[in-house]
Amino acid sequence: MTRTAGLAALGIALLALPFVLPSYQLSLATQILIFGLLAMSIDILAGFAGRTPLCHGAIFGTAAYVVLYWTTTLGHGVLGGMVLGIIAATAVAGIFALLAIRTSGVYFLLLTLALGMIVWGVCLRWTGVTGGENGIRGAGRPEAIADPVMFYFVVLAATAPLVLAMWRFVRSPFGLTLRGIKDSDSRMRALGYNVPLHLFLAFTASGFFAGIAGALYALFNSFVSPSTVALSQSVAALLMTITGGVGTLFGAFVGAAAIISLENLVSAFTARWPTVLGLAFVLIMIFAPEGILGRFRRHRSF
Amino acid sequence: MNAFSILNGLTFAALLFIVASGFTLIFGLLRIVNLAHGALYLFGGLVGYSAATASGSFAIGIIAAMLFAAVLGLALDQGLLRFVRGFELRQVLLTLGVAFILNDLALVIWGGDTLTVPAPEALLGALNIGDLYYPKYRLFVLALGILVFAGLWLLLNRTRLGALIRAGVDDPETIQALGIDIRKVFMATFMLGAALAGLGGVVGGAFLTLYPSADSEILVFSLAVVIIGGRGSLAGAAVGALLVGLLNSIGQVMFPELAYFAIFGPMAALLAFRPLGLFGKAA
Repeated sequence: MTRTAGLAALGIALLALPFVLPSYQLSLATQILIFGLLAMSIDILAGFAGRTPLCHGAIFGTAAYVVLYWTTTLGHGVLGGMVLGIIAATAVAGIFALLAIRTSGVYFLLLTLALGMIVWGVCLRWTGVTGGENGIRGAGRPEAIADPVMFYFVVLAATAPLVLAMWRFVRSPFGLTLRGIKDSDSRMRALGYNVPLHLFLAFTASGFFAGIAGALYALFNSFVSPSTVALSQSVAALLMTITGGVGTLFGAFVGAAAIISLENLVSAFTARWPTVLGLAFVLIMIFAPEGILGRFRRHRSF
Repeated sequence: MNAFSILNGLTFAALLFIVASGFTLIFGLLRIVNLAHGALYLFGGLVGYSAATASGSFAIGIIAAMLFAAVLGLALDQGLLRFVRGFELRQVLLTLGVAFILNDLALVIWGGDTLTVPAPEALLGALNIGDLYYPKYRLFVLALGILVFAGLWLLLNRTRLGALIRAGVDDPETIQALGIDIRKVFMATFMLGAALAGLGGVVGGAFLTLYPSADSEILVFSLAVVIIGGRGSLAGAAVGALLVGLLNSIGQVMFPELAYFAIFGPMAALLAFRPLGLFGKAA
């Protein structure tokens, strides 16, 4: 089985990474894992339910805000903060889902964009809790996972089962129903499926995974501000999904690696990252909307 | 709630209408959700600011901004969007990329400071209505909003171009079959919509000021207006703008920290019952 061998090689490579990479590159690798998770959670909706969301930065950031508020402002433990952060993100996603599942296509995109902006507005204005534009600066990770190598392994240990879970999720009968909805929701409705319920659950599950990514990010970055929940965050995450290939699931990590590497490469030369991000979006939309992994798969199938 | 904040809501609604009517025109006819509309507002406003400060004339600022935004819109439509015609999502995401580029360019050219477009001398100061003093400039914005509504209504309902645009919203294929070059109508509409964003930028820049995140803020308000009003409907944009403008000023008075909820709560509730908006028609 070449696939098993490939997976084993990938596993060994990921485990060996901390021993070969300098600390800065290792922090990039950690970041890629976290944002890969976020991009993958977007792919559940964009690639399998046919609903492209622009609010996942807000869901992700909600978890990060809750974690840092709980641990820094209130001074409680990290584990409880993460659990609460993930619950909060899932709840936000659930509310968004209730409002957005009746729409599709561009309307879904616009509505989720507007919903995400509400979270941004709240984080910016509710200064008593969120610190307004200054955000919340955490005290850093607890002793046990403070070391970057140790933290990389923690993130890797969290990522692996989550990736497996998302993979199982989209290949389950539930996931197949989602794909049916993507192709034609009127047909699925006629076949007796409860389309809104499926979309609601898919959206909420997607938010749950995005929330885990956000909680990990809070530990990674130890700082959260309105820019974490801003539209640009949702856009960057969606760009990762698209760059990797919508509907390929694992493309999320390829996309995250591509975008994060690009960001670091570019920032060495210029401060104009938003321009580069925008250009990347325009070029990918014109020339490669199927993404890296999507293109690879298409060629292989011929 | 007093008369002052109601007037604030109305004047803000007038600005929103100017911006959102351009957005909804493009959305309605070309089926393009132009997420760079906010960036056209900001960029147009800044160009207008520079022109108005250099020439000392507010009117020249407005003309410069509208021309610039129209040309920018034409370049966006003909230079980039032509490659992704017919792909709804790719179009939206492409304009989003353009929005990021324009916003960043504005930051390079004008810096991150808050700029105020200089209003003409005659519109400075306050007008005395009964025992209420209200800024003249904001009343001018209200009048301009009504004027733009009337102008667009006349254009759409009383001219040949308007008839073509309306027909194009309903059934573009039939128009083409009738031997009309719909692409020219599309181009004219795109330029008109973009010019309205530029006009909004100058007019709004004189009382809301222009700053780096002004584009995404006005974009989200315009989205709310169009989502509430429905795609491509002028009356929808007017009603949506009034609702959003008034809800915003009520929200700011009653719970300033969570003012966004006051707008988007009702919007979300409305969508639950009418997913296509108040005046929206199924595509």
